[in-house]
Amino acid sequence: MNRLKTKYLGFELDSPLVPSASPLSRDVDTVKRLEDAGAPAIVMYSLFEEEIHHEDAELEHYLTNGSHSYAEAMSYFPEPVETLEGAEKYITQIQLLKKAVEIPVIASLNGVSVSGWMQYAKKIEDAGADALELNVYYIPTDQSMSGTDVKNLYVECLQEVKKHCRIPVAMKISPYFSALPSFAKRLQDEGADGLVMFNRFYQPDIDLEKLEVSTRINLSTSDHIRLPLRWIAVLRGQLQLSLGASSGVHTAKDVLKLTMAGADVTMMATALLQNGPKHLKKIRKKLIEWMDENEYESLEQMRGSMSMQNVSDMGAFMRGNYIKMLREFKVHA
Amino acid sequence: MPEKRKMVTIDGNEAAAYVAHKTNEVCAIYPITPSSNMGEWADAWSTQGRKNIWGTIPSVIEMQSEGGASGAVHGALQTGALTTTFTASQGLLLMIPNMYKIAGELTSTVFHVSARTIATHALSIFGDHSDVMATRQTGFAMLAAASVQEVMDFALIAQAATLKSRLPFIHFFDGFRTSHEVMKIEQLSEADIRSMIDDDLVIAHRNRALTPNEPVLRGTAQNPDVFFQARETVNPYYSATPDIVQETMDEFGRLTGRQYHLFDYVGSPTAERVIVLMASGCEAVHNTVEYLNQFGENVGVLKVRLYRPFSMTHLLAAFPKTVKTIAVLDRTKEPGAPGEPLYQDITTALSEARGKADFPFEDMPMIVGGRYGLSSKEFTPAMIKGIYDELKSESPKNHFTIGIKDDVTHTSLTYDPAFTLADDKVFRGIFFGLGSDGTVGANKNSIKIIGEGTENYAQGYFVYDSKKSGSTTISHLRFGEDPIKSPYLIDRANFVACHQFELLNTFDILKYAIPGSTFLLNTPYAKDDIWSKLPRNVQKQIVEKKLKFYAINAIEVARKTGMGVRINTIMQTCFFALSGILPKDESIRMIKKYIEKTYGKKGDLVVQKNYDAVDQSLAHLFEVDVPDLVTGVDVKFGVVPDMAPEFVKNVTAQIIAGLGDDLPVSSLPNDGTFPTATTQWEKRNISSEIPVWNPDICIQCNKCAFACPHAVIRMKVYDGVLLDQAPETFKSTRARGKEWSPEDVYTLQVAPEDCTGCAICVDVCPVKDKSNVSLKAINMREQIPLRETERANWNYFLEIPEVNRDKVAHNTVKGSQLLRPLFEFSGACAGCGETPYVKLATQLFGDRMIVANATGCSSIYGGNLPTTPWAKDETGRGPAWSNSLFEDNAEFGLGFRLTIDKHTEYARELLTRLKGDLDPELVEKILGADQSDEPGVFEQRQRVEKLNELLAGMTSSAAKQLLSVSENLVRKSVWIMGGDGWAYDIGYGGLDHVLASGRDVNVLVLDTGVYSNTGGQASKATPLGAVAKFAASGKELNKKDLGMMAMSYGGVYVAQIAMGASDAQTVKAFIEAESFNGPSLIIAYSHCIAHGFNMEKGMEQQKAAAESGNWLLYRYDPRRRAEHKNPLILDSKRPKISVKDYAYNETRFNMLSKYMPDRARDLMQKADKATRENYEYYQSLAAIKFDKEE
Repeated sequence: MNRLKTKYLGFELDSPLVPSASPLSRDVDTVKRLEDAGAPAIVMYSLFEEEIHHEDAELEHYLTNGSHSYAEAMSYFPEPVETLEGAEKYITQIQLLKKAVEIPVIASLNGVSVSGWMQYAKKIEDAGADALELNVYYIPTDQSMSGTDVKNLYVECLQEVKKHCRIPVAMKISPYFSALPSFAKRLQDEGADGLVMFNRFYQPDIDLEKLEVSTRINLSTSDHIRLPLRWIAVLRGQLQLSLGASSGVHTAKDVLKLTMAGADVTMMATALLQNGPKHLKKIRKKLIEWMDENEYESLEQMRGSMSMQNVSDMGAFMRGNYIKMLREFKVHA
Repeated sequence: MPEKRKMVTIDGNEAAAYVAHKTNEVCAIYPITPSSNMGEWADAWSTQGRKNIWGTIPSVIEMQSEGGASGAVHGALQTGALTTTFTASQGLLLMIPNMYKIAGELTSTVFHVSARTIATHALSIFGDHSDVMATRQTGFAMLAAASVQEVMDFALIAQAATLKSRLPFIHFFDGFRTSHEVMKIEQLSEADIRSMIDDDLVIAHRNRALTPNEPVLRGTAQNPDVFFQARETVNPYYSATPDIVQETMDEFGRLTGRQYHLFDYVGSPTAERVIVLMASGCEAVHNTVEYLNQFGENVGVLKVRLYRPFSMTHLLAAFPKTVKTIAVLDRTKEPGAPGEPLYQDITTALSEARGKADFPFEDMPMIVGGRYGLSSKEFTPAMIKGIYDELKSESPKNHFTIGIKDDVTHTSLTYDPAFTLADDKVFRGIFFGLGSDGTVGANKNSIKIIGEGTENYAQGYFVYDSKKSGSTTISHLRFGEDPIKSPYLIDRANFVACHQFELLNTFDILKYAIPGSTFLLNTPYAKDDIWSKLPRNVQKQIVEKKLKFYAINAIEVARKTGMGVRINTIMQTCFFALSGILPKDESIRMIKKYIEKTYGKKGDLVVQKNYDAVDQSLAHLFEVDVPDLVTGVDVKFGVVPDMAPEFVKNVTAQIIAGLGDDLPVSSLPNDGTFPTATTQWEKRNISSEIPVWNPDICIQCNKCAFACPHAVIRMKVYDGVLLDQAPETFKSTRARGKEWSPEDVYTLQVAPEDCTGCAICVDVCPVKDKSNVSLKAINMREQIPLRETERANWNYFLEIPEVNRDKVAHNTVKGSQLLRPLFEFSGACAGCGETPYVKLATQLFGDRMIVANATGCSSIYGGNLPTTPWAKDETGRGPAWSNSLFEDNAEFGLGFRLTIDKHTEYARELLTRLKGDLDPELVEKILGADQSDEPGVFEQRQRVEKLNELLAGMTSSAAKQLLSVSENLVRKSVWIMGGDGWAYDIGYGGLDHVLASGRDVNVLVLDTGVYSNTGGQASKATPLGAVAKFAASGKELNKKDLGMMAMSYGGVYVAQIAMGASDAQTVKAFIEAESFNGPSLIIAYSHCIAHGFNMEKGMEQQKAAAESGNWLLYRYDPRRRAEHKNPLILDSKRPKISVKDYAYNETRFNMLSKYMPDRARDLMQKADKATRENYEYYQSLAAIKFDKEE
């Protein structure tokens, strides 16, 4: 019996240890190695709206900049030999991955507007992707934009994608919603098959020397699981769609905690980038050991066992613990 | 009945390349305007895998020069490949030695030449026959095509005939007029080409190849005994060729229905007056003849097709018997000759035939010769009629010129410029735009749409100005039911479009509009405001000519649809809507089809964006109600200030205003010598934004001025008293630095009307406003509101005395920028990476510089009329500049040095000889002067001035001799400048020799890593992994290490610099190089528009190049060797970013990752490895200890 099996977006998976969107999937061999190490599915790197929109436009701009302006130089570049790869390359990569591995391939579209780029959902489906993760990475900075407007934008993106394809769609969202359960319900009602929590916004920093805003990438640590842990625990039992945890999963313990909170899958990127595909095997081993030690039959058995509904102290996920925590906090001398 | 073939709308270069690529196996080329595109087409097709008629892909190679290309062609021919090349002008001249060989060996080949002017008193990129005429003696056959259709046809006829005749052919057509004219023509099918080329002859060609299997010797050295006889062996081939060509033309005629003859006569069969000429002018005369004969004239034209071998028999047979006077027109000048070549040939032919049986005329016709169309000078029906009118006179002028006013030797014919052919059946549109707005590209598409989407014939010709920034373009488009034979510009248009409102103030645009025609204007103004914003002459012409006036705010539509400043698609849509050439829906469908064709490879969303622009355009197009009232203010075109020198006012201003055609011969210098410092009079106002200084936070580092490519940012330190008279808005602040007194103030002033708006100054400013970090000490602001006040401030700034050069440290960035630049306001691209180096050299050494400038970008922005950026200081001194050729620049500059050294030596000899007659102490001081730095030079200059005063009062021959060379007693600084195309490729042999000469010359290589001026062809300086023309899938090999090669001599100062990476090292290198008494080589990283990136970030990108190790900074100073130090100082630190981190900011590298990602990755890995190894290598060399010898 497979004690780690789970269901996600309608797929029966051997384990919840799904590699999330990262550069790992750019290389077919790496994906094969991940499969061999036990990855039950793979979320591909994201096809960015900007990649489709901005980069093409920029390339076109520079290829034609200064052309037909001066009699001796009608242009400054040779006509491209091949057709632009960009988005097409992504489609090709899906096809290559589908050929190379048996596990479900989940494509990822990342953007913020309802426009032409959504048509790629159809191309992604046609290329053979098993599911699609729609990553709406939106930072509202305009004071005239209300919370409802922001939520509507997510919903519109989802609707647009659902219009173009029939494969399951998971929404990857940010944690910054005023009423996450109601919003999650709305996404479910609009056809989302899963919810991936959360997007980690890259936090800007200030370089005091250069007086510039720096945008370095902070890799996650196990501490980061606490945010998804809370919200998965809150949503488990209230919603029917699949729940994926995707921040800070590094160890077997992280997987156990999130599963107990109610996660169907526990996705990881940083840990795999740092340790390589073999890390999956290590976590599997540790999971089994822990379950043996603590006499759990399966992950299924513990899934949601510590969700908000199943915890006697519901306040732990709400305001109660906050007061308690503050009272107990000691200032170091 | 000939089959119906595909109609295509292409230019002459593409037509020639099409046939050449189909019928050859090897193409060896070198880029030169206007032929470059032929080689580029061939390369592009081969890269795409297009095959020739034998099913194999022709091999295309770019050589280091035309000399090299012709050598490779010769070799490839000798080993049996069907081989071709494409060239023009000096390029063709460089091929001449090989052409003699190829012809002498009876070798079949066709050289396709877009005929271009040979540089004489000036370079010209435009068209005439001076190049091809200089090869008429080589033994090549010469076939002249007059139109784009003929280019395609003759390319094939020449190819077929060369195989049959064994004579090599030059197939030529007029540069620009035909090479760049877009025309709808019938494309020869592969079957046509197949049927014209005899494979047996191809195999025979191969069988003549050198092979060790049947070894022969070809290319012997022969002695007086047999050379002559052997030279005469080829005669039968030359005798046979005219008939062979005619037979080939007949065969071609049967195949296509287009029958050509060696000499084609058109006109009245009883004509008394006939013009004889070659190439595109034939079309204009043909058209005019048909028109004139309708009105009772009795004229004709004889078109010369096969010029060599010249068939007298065919010539005589072509003339009507009735001819009484003949005007032979040459598009070339042969000074000192009894006449130009074609004139001489015709005269000889008729003289030889006179009295013989085949002499067709009753009496010997009178023959006169004339010159026309040099350097693409217009050749119009009005001029042609003028010639026919002249032929009516009793004694028509011989050796005349037409199209100019020669008031010196009075060669020119007068004509009525108002005469035009009635061409009402032809749509004639003229479009004024900017290079940057895409007008030309859109018009090229429009011609294709009309040419390929309708039954109409179409023609497009495009005129560009000579600036690389803010350039204007004028497109001339004709469409009509009949083939168009009008190889001249439109002067009466029924559609005039102005794509940039400001151009109404630059050109008299509506002078081209005929009454009742349509005028389309892109305007930023609302419908109700437009009229009041128009200049008076525009309003007046709209009213008087009853123009239909339409307008659109295309900028707004472009912005809304994400098109930026490219309004091309929008204006194109409006044009189709207004011209009615196609039904509206059909035109939109066709526009979109061509958008897909043009942008399809660049991504779906680029296509979509253009579609959106099309859809939005018509909604924003409106007709303007024209009031009767003319209210505006008149503008005067090309006005320069009153204080400008007379020459500038009388000549330069006319050229600026686009009226250069009207200047008479007497107004122009007779030896190509022009005054410098003239860009200051050409206020172009091309930038919408200019930098504005904030004195409150400025730290006076002067980095902005250092980086400014156009020398529009200046600073001075001066006595604060001078501020009393300053304009109200004139800015200043206390001067920082201990060299200044407390009363001294500092001003940074921008030349508002000369700025190109590149914003590099803002990017390099190190200061950020502490309260708002988006602001720096210099920031871009809208120009128009500042124009008047800043113009006054600039003028006041110029009146402030220059900084005392002794008071500033020349060897610092800050100090160097207080020195006046003597290179200002060039026409280089906005953000140019070359000009800051040139400017710096003039700041440091300008008053004693003499510059040899290789042909290329720097010779164009430095020396293309109307104005030059090379300037003078307050004493009238400044760089003296000249351009010889592309290939010989190092030698040319060395020549400067040789003269200076010789005259210095001679002056010293005379000085010694005359010592007793002069002031002996002064003589001693002059002879012993230390001029190693500027104060030394300054003092010597004063001594020599004193000497000259003494010499002026002396009468001896020796004194006079000394006076004529005494200026050489003051040190002069010889600079040899050019791009990498010159230094790494075509001029490398010469450069190498000059560096090895040990002479005191300073070589500045402005290294963009690509042939920038001719449009981005790869050079040996192109870095590994970069895409360029002829390296479409990324350059495979490392860039040549020119510095290392020069260092190998040991006695050459070498520096590799990048001012964006280290401005301090740059200044140091210039000063060290100049002070080194021997050859110096500075290789300067120059970012370029051909790199495809945001030029505002040019200096940042230079820094990235250096930080990646891809561009090492170093200085190699042989003087250090004498001090027992390692001459090499590696100024670069260990690479801290990857090559990719630098390279992928630029399209030349990153485009490959989009199109061929695997190859891009491989090349980047290779580049990274090579860069790391190179750093280690240099580091090891720099670490070698040069201890004292025991």
